[in-house]
Amino acid sequence: MLEVSHISKAFGGVRASRDVSLVVPEGKITSLIGPNGAGKTTLFAQITGFLKPDSGSIRFLGQDITGISPEEIAERGMIRTFQVVQPFAGQSVRENIAVGAHLRIRSRREALAKAEEVAIEVGLGDRLDMDAASLTVAGRKRLEVARALATDPKLILFDEVLAGLNPSEIRDVIPVILKLKERGITILLIEHVMQAVMSLSEYTWVLNQGALIAEGVPKDVVSDPQVIEAYLGKGMAERIAQRAKSNG
Amino acid sequence: MRTLSLLAVIFAGLAVVPFVLVSDVWMNLAILILYSALLGQAWNMLGGFGGQFSFGHAAFFGTGAYTVAVLQVQFGVNPWIGLVAGGLAAVVVAAIIGYSTFRYGLRGSYFALVTLAFAEVLRILSNSVEITGAGVGILIPLEQTASNLQFADKASYYWILWAMALAAFLVAWWMGNSRFGAQLMAVRDNEDAARALGVRAYGVKMRAIMLSGFFSGLGGVFYAQYFLYLDPHIAYGSSISIESLLVPIIGGIGTLFGPLLGAVVLHGISEVSRDLIGDVPGISLVLYGTLLVIMVLFMPRGLAGLFALGRGKAKKTPEKSSDKTSGATGEAANA
Repeated sequence: MLEVSHISKAFGGVRASRDVSLVVPEGKITSLIGPNGAGKTTLFAQITGFLKPDSGSIRFLGQDITGISPEEIAERGMIRTFQVVQPFAGQSVRENIAVGAHLRIRSRREALAKAEEVAIEVGLGDRLDMDAASLTVAGRKRLEVARALATDPKLILFDEVLAGLNPSEIRDVIPVILKLKERGITILLIEHVMQAVMSLSEYTWVLNQGALIAEGVPKDVVSDPQVIEAYLGKGMAERIAQRAKSNG
Repeated sequence: MRTLSLLAVIFAGLAVVPFVLVSDVWMNLAILILYSALLGQAWNMLGGFGGQFSFGHAAFFGTGAYTVAVLQVQFGVNPWIGLVAGGLAAVVVAAIIGYSTFRYGLRGSYFALVTLAFAEVLRILSNSVEITGAGVGILIPLEQTASNLQFADKASYYWILWAMALAAFLVAWWMGNSRFGAQLMAVRDNEDAARALGVRAYGVKMRAIMLSGFFSGLGGVFYAQYFLYLDPHIAYGSSISIESLLVPIIGGIGTLFGPLLGAVVLHGISEVSRDLIGDVPGISLVLYGTLLVIMVLFMPRGLAGLFALGRGKAKKTPEKSSDKTSGATGEAANA
């Protein structure tokens, strides 16, 4: 569904993406993990048109979308959310979601009706008339999901949609994301919350210092020595293995 | 729908004003208020709904005014045609300003400065070319017939203006209740988030500035036909730009009724102050400045924010105090 091939991007001396290639399969939940500063959000920004890659190409639904605008990419059915949630402050929850609905719906009344429907689906049904700025963090995350969902997307890129939530809030949001998958929406997550990665995603890529260092089923990936070293530092994989041996 | 009914009631009330106010002095005040409301609503379309603060709405106003005047005086074109031409010429100027700013992603104070610069360039141009009468200005010959868009009675002028203002307010209402308006406000509140949801931010802002320019241009046409005299300072001077933004800021930025409320208050205050202080030159500017500071500091949402008219349907939860309410809680603590 989404093919990223050989993407590279540098900011001065910092190589934020180094020859990254990945293929997101249709109808699945996949994820992108990696330590802070690995270039995950930068990769998202390139995929969704907010940044132009220095080299490489991106194909979505079989068409080349490298370098086209975020608006156009959204119209083609790929929507991103933001790590730092960005509600339209001063507008109500209903109005916020309606902006997403308007991508496919011209009529104001129908868009507002659709917003209401989507809000109920993600669990914001009781807060429709609240100012989006006064939502809690968990509420704002739901709002991000709702706005994306209201555009009738084929693929949603969630940038740390669970970050900053407490465990019980995470437990509440995970079913919402699973429900999206049941509706046939493909999902790519950037996630720090390992509980989410393990329970949600079927396939994961690990990014470190701009390059992919591992990929596979999450439970295999997290035991990959390279991944452990990327997260915990050099030599840690070995020590963990030794301790496991001495304990066993 | 409720706001539309309210709008209908208000404009129905405004339509009969000439039957109630028979004195020319009062009619003059009514015209000034409605004229300010028109300019304010025009600014509000771009600044209030679109969040693009223009400091150079005189560029549109002056273009409308000069178009109707120059076409009449130099080319003998009927001012009714000039009325349309003036609005359209202002749209062209708006498109040029919009293209040269939005295309390159200018926002906030950069946008404000560029609009100011455009108005200044046009002022200097009109001051130096022959066709606008240069620094001497341009005088539209007095010929009070309806076919000439000049009237002996103020009531007729008032109704022309009423129709222009009604059109502007209907467009503003439409902005608050349409896909275009929703997208414009989304761009205002967070451009990146809006674009991620498929809002074509550039196109939306272009449409907003062109609509805004059109109604400012109509205001200019009205001015030219009402006062029959223009010079570069009147047409492209900063006082028009300031009045255009002051009115909605006082009344309530991004609200449907804000500009009308602001116009009433602004002219009300300047009339009262004239009675009290007398006609000291420049005193109104001092007053406007003071008023602007007070409004921005203490009532960023304007008077409409107090009444929660038009927009402001969104409820704030009381337990989560944002920075807006911190002033109030501070006062409470002091008391």
